[in-house]
Amino acid sequence: MARFKKKGSKAAPEINTGSMSDIIFMFLFFFMVITTIREATLIVKVRPPQASEVQKLEKKSLVSYIYIGPPIKKDLGGQSRIQLNDQFAAINDIQEFITRERESRDEVDRKLITTSLKIDRETRMGIVTDVKQELRRIGAFKISYSAAKGKALNKN
Amino acid sequence: MSKKTPQINSGSMADISFLLISFFLLTSSINTDMGISRKLPPPLDPNVKPPEIKQRNVFTVLVNQSDRLLVEGKPGDLSTLKSLAKEFYTNPSDNPDLAEMEMKFIPNLGDVRVAKSAVISLKNDRGTSYEMYLKVQNELTAAINELRDELSVQKFGVKLSLLTNEDQINAIKTAIPVSISEAEPENVGGQ
Repeated sequence: MARFKKKGSKAAPEINTGSMSDIIFMFLFFFMVITTIREATLIVKVRPPQASEVQKLEKKSLVSYIYIGPPIKKDLGGQSRIQLNDQFAAINDIQEFITRERESRDEVDRKLITTSLKIDRETRMGIVTDVKQELRRIGAFKISYSAAKGKALNKN
Repeated sequence: MSKKTPQINSGSMADISFLLISFFLLTSSINTDMGISRKLPPPLDPNVKPPEIKQRNVFTVLVNQSDRLLVEGKPGDLSTLKSLAKEFYTNPSDNPDLAEMEMKFIPNLGDVRVAKSAVISLKNDRGTSYEMYLKVQNELTAAINELRDELSVQKFGVKLSLLTNEDQINAIKTAIPVSISEAEPENVGGQ
């Protein structure tokens, strides 16, 4: 019987924390892969409409964003405005913006640049049409109307 | 025996990686960028006359300032738009008002009955809300996607999204192209 008796009371064994960092690193890589660094600080409110036929944008690095919506700051009025990069812009600023976006990409990829239009649901189509016409004129033909996946038909 | 090398305390490693994680969490947003892709038409050349298209081959959808629909000249509703568009594209009973159909040979598919030059023309007012516009776009896209799925199931037995062969996917896409034309904007109705 005495065979199994322990020799004195041991202190609780130390837990090896070395593998903890591996686990955390795995988390880290997971987050790094599934996320994108935020492109711009929004200064317009964008509540995307819902649609059921949405597709994922394929190459994140080949997407440039145009935001349209009412300014977040209330004292700037409720009219929808365009945001490029970090500031308000007018229609004729789009050309410069697109040119810059093109220059920052590889020459091979330039044709594949998609312009994602992130537009608030209550925006009137007038401003959207203007932006679309401008994009047509510049030759940025690939666009994507940003929308959230969901049911499009809610009875109103 | 040489002395064992002392263990390096790696407990703080976890702290460092936690800091990194929190940095990434703060600066990033999970990619939720989804949308309806479209291709804009190149600008019109004023010297070239636009090609004549028969009225029966055009499915007109108008959205007015107060977000109401006019589909082929009749007041319409979002819930019926998809089935109307599908009927227009397939023209099952050879109705002379709907799109002209023809038998066309497409590689990998064989002979299929497709619309000859059907176009959906979507026209909106400057005062239309973006939400309504996108809903209409969504319904029209849904119609085309469903037609593609139907054709795919009929020919290959699976839906388009489950096809893996690039040639087959392209064949389906050639048979039923996305032909939604967003008409030249007109200034009516103000902002």
